[in-house]
Amino acid sequence: MPPSLIIRAAPVLLLLALLGVWHLACTALAIPDFLLPSPMAVWHAGVDAFDPIMMHAQQTLLTTLGGFALAVIVGLLLGIAVGISPLIYRACYPLMVGFNSIPKVAFVPVLVVWFGIGTIPAIITAFLISFFPIVVNVATGLSTLEPELEDVLRSLGASRFDILRKVAIPRALPYFFASLKVSITLAFVGSVIAETVASNLGIGYLMMSASSTMNMALVFAGLAVIGAMGVVMYAFFSQAEQHFTAWAHRGTHAP
Amino acid sequence: MAFVQFENVSLAYQPGGQTAIENVSFKVDENAFVAVVGPSGCGKSTLMKLVSGLKPASEGYVYVGNREVTGPLGIVGMAFQQANLLPWRTTLQNVMLPLEIVEPFRSQQKRQRCEHEAMARALLAKVGLAGCEDKFPWELSGGMQQRASICRALIHKPRLLMLDEPFGALDAFTREELWCLMRDLWQSEPFTAILVTHDLREAVFLADRVIVMSPKPGRIIDDRLVDLPRPRPLELCYSEAFAEHVHALRCQIGHARQS
Ligand SMILES: Nc1ncnc2c1ncn2[C@@H]1O[C@H](COP(=O)(O)OP(=O)(O)O)[C@@H](O)[C@H]1O
Ligand SMILES: [Mg+2]
Repeated sequence: MPPSLIIRAAPVLLLLALLGVWHLACTALAIPDFLLPSPMAVWHAGVDAFDPIMMHAQQTLLTTLGGFALAVIVGLLLGIAVGISPLIYRACYPLMVGFNSIPKVAFVPVLVVWFGIGTIPAIITAFLISFFPIVVNVATGLSTLEPELEDVLRSLGASRFDILRKVAIPRALPYFFASLKVSITLAFVGSVIAETVASNLGIGYLMMSASSTMNMALVFAGLAVIGAMGVVMYAFFSQAEQHFTAWAHRGTHAP
Repeated sequence: MAFVQFENVSLAYQPGGQTAIENVSFKVDENAFVAVVGPSGCGKSTLMKLVSGLKPASEGYVYVGNREVTGPLGIVGMAFQQANLLPWRTTLQNVMLPLEIVEPFRSQQKRQRCEHEAMARALLAKVGLAGCEDKFPWELSGGMQQRASICRALIHKPRLLMLDEPFGALDAFTREELWCLMRDLWQSEPFTAILVTHDLREAVFLADRVIVMSPKPGRIIDDRLVDLPRPRPLELCYSEAFAEHVHALRCQIGHARQS
């Protein structure tokens, strides 16, 4: 195989190898299915429960994207505010860092009291967990503008808004897109956490109810579906990043 | 009145703190080419910021074009040691950046897009960058980037060009090429130029006058007329008269260091 093909096939090969090891371990050590189901058992569980899985996966995907969309809007606005104003930076940063240190799962019960069981706590949890990286990256991208570049523009009589529009924002775009990749995967974590605690819909709920009936194969099928959705969304935003900020990735591999 | 005039100007970056330049007075006539030399940290870049209105003087007055400088003017073009081109714009788009900001070009932008582009292309051709219009900055060599950066500084036809060690990061041959380029640009379409440098040969080759500054806080310790005839060929750098100017300047700076 040519080297380039090996590199492209590497992720799939590694996945297959891991599945192989998993399968061998299960059969060789005779691990019972209710502890660790073999990949084949997981596959069968997934195929058998295909329709409910799809239904729940759709719910999880929509809540995740809802929370993520909120995170992008709020993250962008807050990031721009923090990035261009030292005062807002001083005021907001310690609060945001403190807030980000709170485990969001501890917040779900509060959300349940406020909004009841269901979709809304999941959307909000996804939002809460995923907006912080966007704020940090956008703010960093905006505030690390080279002083000389700013001087060139200011000496021409450019307003702060001109500088923001012509230089600071385009320059911050790679930071923004990089944060989207991190953020979307975090959003999945948030929505699934909320679903396991406070929902009767979504993959998180499906896994919870499956584990209460010791249906480990279905739990693992749920995990696999979440992972797959995460990879697809990550790849999507990675492509978007490549497309919109190609200038920042010249000749390098996407991280 | 002279085109650029400093009257007893001092500047401290922190109020009440150490002054970066102290009691500086000088005049620059319209369409003159003046170089400012001095050791690193003596306040040359600070001087640039004062002229272009990026920093207000702590004491004294700065005038450009008969008006006191209170903020950025838009009649100034600037180029620095780093070319600072925007990596997401092509060379042509980079050069056209000032036209999107400075009046009257800004309001003509939509209607005169083609004329503006033609202006930029002509200027790029003049500095030897024909064919590089659609290249991105990282596809250009250091010298080519600096040429583009000079185009960006000149595209809006500024009356005052400020050059802050623009050739400092280049190799010796490229630097001499760019000296000649700068000389030709200035000669073909005169503008007032202030060149900051620590290369004495560069100062003598390009300028009509060389202002020497002392180590910090920066004060003017010499103001030397360079009466070498124009047009100046590069061979001039090896003449007796040229060496004399460089030597005299060198002695000034040497004296300032010891005292
Ligand atoms: N933004 C700044 N804030 C505080 N001090 C500064 C700043 N820029 C320059 N200085 C100080 O002012 C002095 C002159 O700096 P500068 O004008 O950059 O010198 P030069 O360009 O001649 O090397 C230096 O002592 C430097 O430390
Ligand atoms: Mg300097």
